[in-house]
Amino acid sequence: MTAYILRRLLQTVLVVLGVSALAFGSMFLSGDPTMVMASESWTREQIEEFRHQMGFDRPWLVQYVDFLSRAVRGDFGDSLRQQQPVFRLLLQRMPATIELALAAMLIALGIGIPAGILAATRRNTLMDRLLMVGALIGQSMPVFWLGLLLAMVFAVTLGWFPVAGRGGWNHLVLPAVSLGLFSVAYNARMTRSAILEVLGQDYIRTAQAKGVPWRRVLSRHALRNALIPVVTVAGLQFGGLLGGAVITESIFAWPGVGRLTIQAIQGKDLPLVQAAVTVLATIFVVLNLIIDLLYAVMDPRVRPR
Amino acid sequence: MTSRPAALPAETGPPRRRRRRWPPLAAVVALAFLAFLAVLAVLAPVIAPHPPARVAMAMRLSPPVFAGGTWTYPLGTDSLGQDLLSRIIFGARVSLLVGVCAVLISGGLGVTLGLVAGYLGGALDDVIMRIAEIQLAFPTILLYIAAMATLGPGLEKIIIVIGVVGWVSYARIERGVVLAVREQEYVTAAQAMGARTGLILRRHVLPNTMAPMIIVASFSLATTVVTEASLSFLGLGVPPSIPSWGSLLADGRDYLRQGWWITTFPGLAIMTTVLAINVIGDWLRDALDPRLRV
Repeated sequence: MTAYILRRLLQTVLVVLGVSALAFGSMFLSGDPTMVMASESWTREQIEEFRHQMGFDRPWLVQYVDFLSRAVRGDFGDSLRQQQPVFRLLLQRMPATIELALAAMLIALGIGIPAGILAATRRNTLMDRLLMVGALIGQSMPVFWLGLLLAMVFAVTLGWFPVAGRGGWNHLVLPAVSLGLFSVAYNARMTRSAILEVLGQDYIRTAQAKGVPWRRVLSRHALRNALIPVVTVAGLQFGGLLGGAVITESIFAWPGVGRLTIQAIQGKDLPLVQAAVTVLATIFVVLNLIIDLLYAVMDPRVRPR
Repeated sequence: MTSRPAALPAETGPPRRRRRRWPPLAAVVALAFLAFLAVLAVLAPVIAPHPPARVAMAMRLSPPVFAGGTWTYPLGTDSLGQDLLSRIIFGARVSLLVGVCAVLISGGLGVTLGLVAGYLGGALDDVIMRIAEIQLAFPTILLYIAAMATLGPGLEKIIIVIGVVGWVSYARIERGVVLAVREQEYVTAAQAMGARTGLILRRHVLPNTMAPMIIVASFSLATTVVTEASLSFLGLGVPPSIPSWGSLLADGRDYLRQGWWITTFPGLAIMTTVLAINVIGDWLRDALDPRLRV
């Protein structure tokens, strides 16, 4: 077990290094980050001065090592537009994003799993068909369109919820629903097929043959086994929701990391974009690590020899 | 022992009982819809009632015909008085073009890398799969945003970015299938006969891994259409001068109260397209390879 944990930790360090390299490299996709960030009115001297000030005139490798060694200490430089350390800006916005992702996660699991169970246990009935068609539509709906529709109907027309901003729970409802619906649909479909697969297993037939009541077969024997993959995916989903928040936040003016990132892009504030991408991706990687380790503790079959 | 004619199927392996079956009704409807959309996209300049960029400020925010508008603008107009229907028809071009081109790029890249990784194994396999893991560790939308933020909007740019980023799922699944196919007798036979690796890969391995790749491609087409729309919505996709479903929605966002149709119809176009692709993907998966069922 210790060997597994150590190997998994080492792997995570490698992946985080790769993530940082990607985030760093993305800045150079256009060839010259100085020109991306430079204002059109600058003179050539001002551009060169800026280039030197940002350190873009150094060799790539030197820049990357410098970026990495500062990033480890939480120093991603200063924002170009808001004269503040980028990392502090991110930390300020992080709670809002996590709150939104958690709420969406709650919706995704709280509605998705019961819907999947309902569909699986009433297989081939009208209820099953309706739920699965609903799930397919839910999966085909772009998050940002759903967000706009919800805002239009429930905020602008009916006035039940505020259009934008963060405040009480009623501010949270629309963004969380629009962010979570795709995962609701996904979880419903996955839960359904996981249960159907488990129901075909021998131990279910054995339990039934012993005369165990059907409800108990479902809750004790089927669900426990069927939900293992669902829970694993849920962990990954949370990371996905953190990323997806970028779009939802900008629709509902939710003051989180996502909106900050989009504003940074519009303001050509590349250090902020780079830091936001690195930090979100690192959270995602660490989450995956935690899930894998938990999984190994819970399910002995996963534990490698 | 009597010798058996070579044409008969071998007795090992499961009995073949594949009947020719018509696809389910939903898949037929979905295929017809996509075909219709493709025709619309190709013939857009002929079919669209107005040039997509013709501004008519006097007619701005005119409602669709069934909500008190006129037949001149069946789905209403946007904030500049441009015909929404025409812009949606032209938007289909962007969605389909980006979708198909990006899928071709990521499919080509991913299948090649997966093929090589799975068949040759060794250090190359390790390197390719580690890179795949690193990329999977990134929430994809962030990767797109980071790339498009530095590159700036552009039709070719978005095709290349989505295409290049999308290789991972093809490569991982292709590699898995290749690992199984590699051990088949026909591959061993080809190896024994001294066939070159390139030939074995092209003739014997690749064709036997196509079914799962077609399924992956159909689902990745659906995500590509959504991704392009999302990026264009954020102003990071195609430039504003080209009408795209995503950028139409970005326009509608400022007129949720006065012009519900600007938000509703382009979104419906995205959703039905993606739904149709997903229905076909589900059908292909069930028909070609039920093991991949999610």
